[in-house]
Amino acid sequence: MISLAQTYFIEVMTIILYCLLIFVPLLLGVVMALYADRKIWAAVQKRRGPNVVGPYGLFQVPADGLKFIFKEIILPDGSDKTVFLIAPIITLALSITAWAVVPVQAGVVLANINVGILYIFAISSLGVYGILMAGWSSNSKYPFFGALRSAAQMVSYEVSIGFVIITVLLCVGSLNLTEIVMAQKTMWFFIPLFPMFIVFFISALAETNRPPFDLPEAESELVAGYQTEYSGMPFVLFLFGEYINILLMCAMTTILFLGGWLPPIDIYPLNAVPGFVWFLLKVIFVFYLFAMVKAFVPRYRYDQLMRLGWKVFLPLSLFAVVATSSILFFFNLAPGM
Amino acid sequence: MKIINFLKSFLLLDFLKAFYLAQKYFFRKKATINYPFEKGKLSPRFRGEHALRRYPSGEERCIGCKLCEAVCPAQAITIETQPRDDGTRRTLRYDIDMVKCIYCGLCEESCPVDAIVQGPNFEFTTETRKELYYTKEKLLENGDRWETVIAENLEADAKYR
Amino acid sequence: MTAQLLTFYLFSGVILISSLMVISTKNPVHSVLFLILSFLNAAGLFVILHAEFLAMILIIVYVGAVAVLFLFVVMMLDFKTSINKDNILQFIPIGILIGVVFIAELIIVLINTKFDLSNIQVLPNPISDFTGKSNTEAIGSVLYTDYILYFQLSGVILLVAMIGSIVLTLREREGVKRQVVSEQLQRQGKIDLVDVKSGKGVDI
Repeated sequence: MISLAQTYFIEVMTIILYCLLIFVPLLLGVVMALYADRKIWAAVQKRRGPNVVGPYGLFQVPADGLKFIFKEIILPDGSDKTVFLIAPIITLALSITAWAVVPVQAGVVLANINVGILYIFAISSLGVYGILMAGWSSNSKYPFFGALRSAAQMVSYEVSIGFVIITVLLCVGSLNLTEIVMAQKTMWFFIPLFPMFIVFFISALAETNRPPFDLPEAESELVAGYQTEYSGMPFVLFLFGEYINILLMCAMTTILFLGGWLPPIDIYPLNAVPGFVWFLLKVIFVFYLFAMVKAFVPRYRYDQLMRLGWKVFLPLSLFAVVATSSILFFFNLAPGM
Repeated sequence: MKIINFLKSFLLLDFLKAFYLAQKYFFRKKATINYPFEKGKLSPRFRGEHALRRYPSGEERCIGCKLCEAVCPAQAITIETQPRDDGTRRTLRYDIDMVKCIYCGLCEESCPVDAIVQGPNFEFTTETRKELYYTKEKLLENGDRWETVIAENLEADAKYR
Repeated sequence: MTAQLLTFYLFSGVILISSLMVISTKNPVHSVLFLILSFLNAAGLFVILHAEFLAMILIIVYVGAVAVLFLFVVMMLDFKTSINKDNILQFIPIGILIGVVFIAELIIVLINTKFDLSNIQVLPNPISDFTGKSNTEAIGSVLYTDYILYFQLSGVILLVAMIGSIVLTLREREGVKRQVVSEQLQRQGKIDLVDVKSGKGVDI
């Protein structure tokens, strides 16, 4: 056993170090995203947003976090306490795990696996469990309704996201995220696949329960949806998980359609900038779109949401899969042919 | 027409319009003020924290007529009076329970000598309820502190009375 | 190698324990959650076998879609009344019977191979050469060439099942008004939006 420990100790330590390398910037990103979300929303409504704690209110989110840490964790009577506490942990853990395969620059990725895009798709499809478990274990009506809505919504929009990913994969010929980015060297995919870009963006909003699809936590109907019974740290875990998921969707949009870390034009001053800066800029831009949509689009009704998912996006994305593959086939553009 | 409508919804024209509008408002001047550092303008008739005023000589105005106590709809005012040595009637107690008070301003209206007034101060939160039970000393102290502003406000409003 | 072995024992141990929990927990929701856990660990075993594609598809299809629907249905049940000790006992004979059948089959197989596993007939590997191919590519190249018929057939069966369930549950009700979104969006001339000048008013 000693030799085993010696062999694997360094390896395990390096893995932990890499995990921290992902985790710490991600938490910083979430803090900034929460702050930016509130600021942008406020600006559109001609408000100021957080501006008291720290310079320009930058420390508002850490201050909120501190407040949450010192709050009591309330376990509702009659709730399934184990599941109740596991649910937020699952949400956060899954959303962080998905980031393991996101490449921020050529070669800068924790795990460059062959099925990267499928991995992210699988992990994000697991995200629904945290919400379902939270809603069920709370033993309360509002969380349960929120969980049911959210589960149906996420499962429905996953279908169209899947088809959009397939159209992109048709143009790339690989499931590896790095190769997906490299395939966009000549042209970012949002130009030839523009309708799919729109479908993906809207589905990403629905997938992350962002407004205008925030029905699982529609405060006018369901108090706070599946989070209603949560307080203190478990609530923070949910909040962080949700925002890490949003950032993941921004990163996915960037990788699939906006050319990842590639500069807009491959000329001297632009391609001298390190790749992760471009990546960051694009993620920020997509997040800005997310935040702006929250500010000006009214919430969907639930049946309209389902209609959009199943009757508009599903046929559209299916058609796009067929159309893309036939165009690629007839013009001999398909990779690997 | 149908085709145009289809194109409109397909190209998300309404969405883009809304985005443009939101973007326009994004850079507009903020409608809100930076509250603890900036404050909005208050009307001279603003009904804030209560204060008992004094005459310039330093004599308190209140003559203990109990009109305010009678008119107070929330029954927040408690007054006890006693004749003083020089024969004038003055209050022994003048308490306002600020938790009960509904800030209707009737005490101010009923006062024949402009003794009880509601000043412009609205930032008097406390940590306990006890502190919101204002005694005569507290009210007189308020009066001394806010006298200049209260006098200005009363003068500004006088021509409409 | 040791790490691989350790992870294998970890995954398979968790699979065994959680499968046991699936049938032994009283709460149906818990058993579905344990089922999901065992699915996940099975995906882990696939990853150890370098079959990442299968692992991901297992997670996406079974855990991400099928088990969600399971959980969905089970959550809606009022399970507190449906579980009864006497009820469980009455299934024991059937359970024993099925167990005996399985064990008998296993014994028959083992006797036929004379307890020598090398005697088991293995199908000749129909796939020519995998070197230099990722497993996604390998599966695709087999699935869409040699096994295209079975693949298409299973697809058709699923389609039939889907259509069948829709036909069974679909009912036309009289007097139901449905929202036709495209009609609403294309409505013209019934509403006029007028930019009213201040103090002018509009003609109605």
